[in-house]
Amino acid sequence: MELLSNLALGFDVALSPLTLVLAVVGCFLGTIIGALPGLGPSNGVAILIPITFSLGLDATAALVLLTSVYYGAMYGGRISSILLNIPGDEPAMMTTLDGYPMAKAGRAGDALVISGVASFVGALLATIALAMVAPFLARIAYKFGPAEYFALYALAFATLGGMASNNQAKAALASFIGLAIALIGLDNNSGFYRFTGGNLHLADGIDFLVAIVGLFAVSEVFIFIETHGKSSAAGVKLGKVTVPWAEMWSTRWTMIRSSIVGFVAGVLPGAGASLGSFMTYMMEKGIAGEKGGFGTGVAKGVAAPEAGNNAAAGGALVPMLTLGVPGSGTTAVLLAVLMTLNITPGPTLFADRPEVVWGLIASLLIANFVLLAMNVPMVKVFVKILMVPPAILLPGVTMVSFVGIYSLSGSYFDLVLMIVFGVMGYAFRKMDIPTVPVILGILLGYQMENNLRHAMTLSGGDWTYLFSSPIAAVLWVAAAAGFIAPMFLRGVLKRPPVPDSANED
Amino acid sequence: MKFTALKALGTSAVLALAATSSAWATECIAPANPGGGWDFTCRQVGKLLYDLKQVDAPVQVTNMAGAGGGLAYSYVVNERNTDADLIVAASSATTTRLAQKAFGDATADQVRFVGAIGADPGVIVVAKDSPFQTLGDMVEAIKADPGSVAFAGGSAAGGFDHMKPLQVMKAAGFTDIGSIKYIGVDGGADAITQTVGGFTQAMTGDMSEIVGFIQSGEVRALAVLTEDRVPGFDDIPTAREQGFDVVAVNWRGFYVPKGISDDEFNVWASRIQAIADSAEWKETMTANGLAPFTKVGGDFQSWVDQVVADTEALSKEIGVIQ
Repeated sequence: MELLSNLALGFDVALSPLTLVLAVVGCFLGTIIGALPGLGPSNGVAILIPITFSLGLDATAALVLLTSVYYGAMYGGRISSILLNIPGDEPAMMTTLDGYPMAKAGRAGDALVISGVASFVGALLATIALAMVAPFLARIAYKFGPAEYFALYALAFATLGGMASNNQAKAALASFIGLAIALIGLDNNSGFYRFTGGNLHLADGIDFLVAIVGLFAVSEVFIFIETHGKSSAAGVKLGKVTVPWAEMWSTRWTMIRSSIVGFVAGVLPGAGASLGSFMTYMMEKGIAGEKGGFGTGVAKGVAAPEAGNNAAAGGALVPMLTLGVPGSGTTAVLLAVLMTLNITPGPTLFADRPEVVWGLIASLLIANFVLLAMNVPMVKVFVKILMVPPAILLPGVTMVSFVGIYSLSGSYFDLVLMIVFGVMGYAFRKMDIPTVPVILGILLGYQMENNLRHAMTLSGGDWTYLFSSPIAAVLWVAAAAGFIAPMFLRGVLKRPPVPDSANED
Repeated sequence: MKFTALKALGTSAVLALAATSSAWATECIAPANPGGGWDFTCRQVGKLLYDLKQVDAPVQVTNMAGAGGGLAYSYVVNERNTDADLIVAASSATTTRLAQKAFGDATADQVRFVGAIGADPGVIVVAKDSPFQTLGDMVEAIKADPGSVAFAGGSAAGGFDHMKPLQVMKAAGFTDIGSIKYIGVDGGADAITQTVGGFTQAMTGDMSEIVGFIQSGEVRALAVLTEDRVPGFDDIPTAREQGFDVVAVNWRGFYVPKGISDDEFNVWASRIQAIADSAEWKETMTANGLAPFTKVGGDFQSWVDQVVADTEALSKEIGVIQ
């Protein structure tokens, strides 16, 4: 019962009037930050760092506030995905695929409630797993070398073909464009700059936040202008919010499966929440088969990515706390906060500073229940924020996008780049090319290339090294199955492909 | 982050209004996002400058990330060249990149390096079950078969972490340094993970990156690349005492704009000396795994010039630059 006594210690630290207030404030701010396109969990946490210091909060109080913002933003990202077809942050990207079609069909309330509960299940299971097995799980990271990571990314790309069920060639084209964009910047393996044209602003490559805000939010504004708001995503109406119990119950296994897969993806540094939500969505789509109707607005299609990305957010804390390896942008910022507070994450943290670790875990549990309350019964509060008339909302979205992107490096260059991506997103939507694979290409391409090059360096150019470990072999088999199975099944079932309504407008 | 932008606007507005803005706070630019080493340097030293009454208003820290410090460098050179109230955090990474022309056309003589106030000692680390017991064991293994030992480090190929094992091998009389395997991963902790996992045979990094892992016993340090053993880590031998004359420390310090007067330069040098001598700074260094390393003013500038020349020569040898 060491776990219980540890948790008691944690709640002892985390349960004070001040920390509870901070948790509520953090969850509220986090949900708003998550819901606003351009501002994601990493900006949210980064914006609040100076505030925690100027308030003179101690380590525990600061962590409670910042992790509440982190979890809150993970919940909030789904709201604009569902209502506006603009992901509030990058892991919420997959939620647009079924969430927005549900909203268009007049079921926005159902989508919000189901995804809110899925977020809760994912985050709760992940926090419990973090408490129980973090020190043990940290050892998973030791099993993943360049070959294993490369196989993992290959698995993600192999399942991509099933993404846009109406035209696989367009999905492939989009992912190649993303991969090409990922090549820009410093080549870690030779120390040379590639495709920067001597421009220092491109030296670090293109931040995928610039790409995601451009492709989704800015292109939405263009569509809005073109159609005078008639077929724009903004302005979906939300009626009375009721809890669709039966439908939610039907997604219970989806939520649990997705939580497990999402958590493992989060634990692996370099995979993270975006890959977690992508893989859970593709997995559930595969399990449901053609009859599942994924992409047309089904409950499982919003439950899977939301359970997956929230579980991954909890999982990403495992390598951050136990190894000091941040698995995502947000955990990198949290790591910086810990270091500034003179707490060094690493293998000895659980033994040296139990009050910090267990206080953090207790505050995550508290934040999770606060968020469930805010995001299911009180979801209309946040919806109201996004429900102002489109003529006001879209300029507001544009402004937040510009501020968020400007804050990345404080240069107008990124703003110009964002508009370029906006034009590209507009053109792609006109040509019915999905934009999600572009983002995945940018997101995963850099790491995928690095790991391939590392593997080749370590093996002296022997490509069989990529298949040499059992973990890598299993991942390759899964990748091959994920690539071949949809073609094979399609041939056997002889069903007409399901139109991908998420990309129609 | 919004605040940074506003501050930057405010700063330029004030500068435009009045050149003699002595009432305006001194500014420290950290050429990276909050949380990294440069940010740490600006915030800690900025706080001490005010606490120790070296400046009369709190120092304002501006984060200007991009191009590994290159954006801030070109900003200072082009826009703030005569601003005497400005310091910019720098480290070995700054000089390495300047030597390798990684900041576009910028060169090291476009600013003045005013002082270093501490250093993160370079280390070479292996997993606890590694066959190598001394740095000599490892050097012999590489000489026999250069492909048998791969290093992981937190910087890109050609970066400071990559240079450390190359300098050791050069000191050992090994000339084919282009054949030494190195992979650049995302930070020191990631490099340790790859080494503990057995994917690479050794990790090259800074002392502050390995402290937790040394204490948990998962890795052993073969050598620390300082002149003397580091206080608090007295059981780690230096490379020098094992017969390899290499000193590689990641110094933390500052540069100032080129266009300020010699008097203004000397004021900064004495301020930095005062910080380095203070008890408060010594405490901060111990808490963060930094070793004493103080060089200020003209001494520091000539030391930097030498480091840049050495780095340039080594970079040419391994083919990072032509």
